[in-house]
Amino acid sequence: MDSTRRQWALSTFAAFQHASHPAAPPTTLRYLSPATAADLEALASTIIPSEPDSPGAVEAGFRFFLDHALLSWDQDKRQPYTQGLAHLNQLRLQLFPNSTFIADLSPQQRTQLLTAIDRSPFFELLRTHTILSFLGPPSYHGNRDYLGYRHIHVEPAMIFSPPFGYYDDPANNNNPK
Amino acid sequence: MTRHPDFIIIGSGAAGGVMAKELATAGFDVTVLEQGPFLKENDFTHDEIHYVLRQGLTNDPKSQPVTYRRHHSETATPFKAIAYGRQVGGGTVHFAGNYWRFHESDFIERSLYGAIPGTAFADWPITYADLEPFYTKAERDIGVSGLAGANPFDPPRSAPYPLPPMPPKSSGILFERGARKLGLHPYPAPVSILSQPYQGRGACTHCGFCQWFGCEMRAKSSSLATLIPAALKTGRCRLLPNSYVRRIQTDSSGRVTGVVYFNARRKEVFLRAKAVIVCANGVETPRLLLLSKSNRFPHGLANNNGWVGKCLMWDNSAGVWGLFEHPLNDYKSIRATRVVQDFYNADPKRGFYGGGAIDARFGSFPAAFALSGLPPSTPRWGADFKRALAHYFPRVMMAGGHSTSLPLESNTVTLDPTTKDAWGLPAPRITFDFHPDDLKTARWLFQKQIEILQAAGATQTWGNPPDKPGLSVHLIGTCRMGHDPRTSTVNPFHRAHEVPNLFLIDGSSFVTSARQQPTATIQALAYRAAHFITQSARRGEI
Repeated sequence: MDSTRRQWALSTFAAFQHASHPAAPPTTLRYLSPATAADLEALASTIIPSEPDSPGAVEAGFRFFLDHALLSWDQDKRQPYTQGLAHLNQLRLQLFPNSTFIADLSPQQRTQLLTAIDRSPFFELLRTHTILSFLGPPSYHGNRDYLGYRHIHVEPAMIFSPPFGYYDDPANNNNPK
Repeated sequence: MTRHPDFIIIGSGAAGGVMAKELATAGFDVTVLEQGPFLKENDFTHDEIHYVLRQGLTNDPKSQPVTYRRHHSETATPFKAIAYGRQVGGGTVHFAGNYWRFHESDFIERSLYGAIPGTAFADWPITYADLEPFYTKAERDIGVSGLAGANPFDPPRSAPYPLPPMPPKSSGILFERGARKLGLHPYPAPVSILSQPYQGRGACTHCGFCQWFGCEMRAKSSSLATLIPAALKTGRCRLLPNSYVRRIQTDSSGRVTGVVYFNARRKEVFLRAKAVIVCANGVETPRLLLLSKSNRFPHGLANNNGWVGKCLMWDNSAGVWGLFEHPLNDYKSIRATRVVQDFYNADPKRGFYGGGAIDARFGSFPAAFALSGLPPSTPRWGADFKRALAHYFPRVMMAGGHSTSLPLESNTVTLDPTTKDAWGLPAPRITFDFHPDDLKTARWLFQKQIEILQAAGATQTWGNPPDKPGLSVHLIGTCRMGHDPRTSTVNPFHRAHEVPNLFLIDGSSFVTSARQQPTATIQALAYRAAHFITQSARRGEI
């Protein structure tokens, strides 16, 4: 193996390790209380729901993603969460006076609750974190086992070769579609 | 180290890398001062949050705020209106690799189309023929992939590309199909990314994490992967990362004596040199001159004529999304694989000045696409949103527009009077608004982008037509080149008219915008300047 190829092979191996072996996902919360995490997770699962044979934000690890974010790279979002959740709980009591927690609402009730705020900055924040937990890098403790990538048909690999898609595949070149 | 370098080079990106390599190779001692860190291949990961959503390889708005306003009558407020690469290698580390030569007409548009009232529209003081040998040298030196002769609108070239073009993606094939149906002339995008092994570096592995990311494979021909290592190998180049120049020092005769920079511990250090070469980009170069006031230069260094910071030009156009029946998987491989330049030249028949080019490109990475890529009519959350993500993401592509931006004296880089960066220096204040012709051109091109996608068989197209200035990443025009010392900052060889041993070499030298994608031209200008500076220095004329 000449030095160029060796260098290439080594760098490929290093990069592949880099990209595909995130730290082991956490199993305990370090910032969020279990009750808060349950409420927020219920909202996230309304934004990207779990369905039969199609995992959503919950399975992607939303609660650990958010816990990690608020402890590290997105600490300045703690206050917006505290305020946003307090406001949302007031709204919950107005809409569903007999309810106790967001997490205990039915899916229909959660949809109704989010519909009432889906133009607000808090909703945008929640939506952004839900999406990032589903489709962000697994090293942020979301997108567990690349399930978000798999949902949108992205293969988590370091090396691809042509054909990349249907239209650049010579087998389909005579197909006008 | 007590020995002073011959040259201090400020910035290590597209131009700084060329200057370091060429001058060190020619036998001069050079010191490169770079604001940002010296990252290695192992530092780069596929972290979309850090590299794309937070633009982690660019200026950080928290420590280095930029302020923006549309008109001089307004008070500018902090807003990241411009982005530039902030590490060894500069923007060449994270750019998409598009490596377009300018056309012959780009250098003489004022002569071709006449004066445009209210603008500083002018011919360049050099021609394409002056620059051609240096485009060729740049392509060979760093490694560029492309197909000579494939674009009927290409200017003449003295050599083919050193590497064959990258393989087309499905987006490129569809774009080609649509463009040909309309009678246009699509061709393989020239890119500074290796389609085959070259000079000890391996070919691109098509991982897809390309624009906004650093390349772990060293297949992107960045200054980090090519020019800086070559400069360091000479033993005559000292590279100082995390070194942020705050002032260029001059003596009573008006000559530059050296620079004052903050080192990594934010301690101020003076470094003496025979000459200073500023390659800090179209915003940071004028800012540094404006920060370097003295009795002799009360309005900023080399700015007694008042032209430093004027005529900032912008990335004006927008992208159009298209949805297709079958999966394209456009997240794989490089960003753009096909281009059309049929609309490149201005045409007085359109009723406004301007022209543009369009490329077939990957639209956005997974999370960014989910956040804002879907058509506006699509649900933004819930089961239907989730289904739309799975359906759209593999089946979409983008037609990207690249159009003209006229030079206006009112579009400026100045120093913000109140906002400071983390080192206590005034933030760059950007004042920019479109010339009406720029907006007309961008909107006209937007329709052409839609037409190509529709002709290619898109079942749906969407996008926001250009209406207000967005993020600009090609920073050009603010220390323009010219023969006349009254209306330009540098001469045709990038020497400051007012300071004999100061050279400004980067996008700031541009006289007109061409159709964006300036990196090839910045590097060709740098090779040409290095040739001139080497000869002048050997004759003792610096």
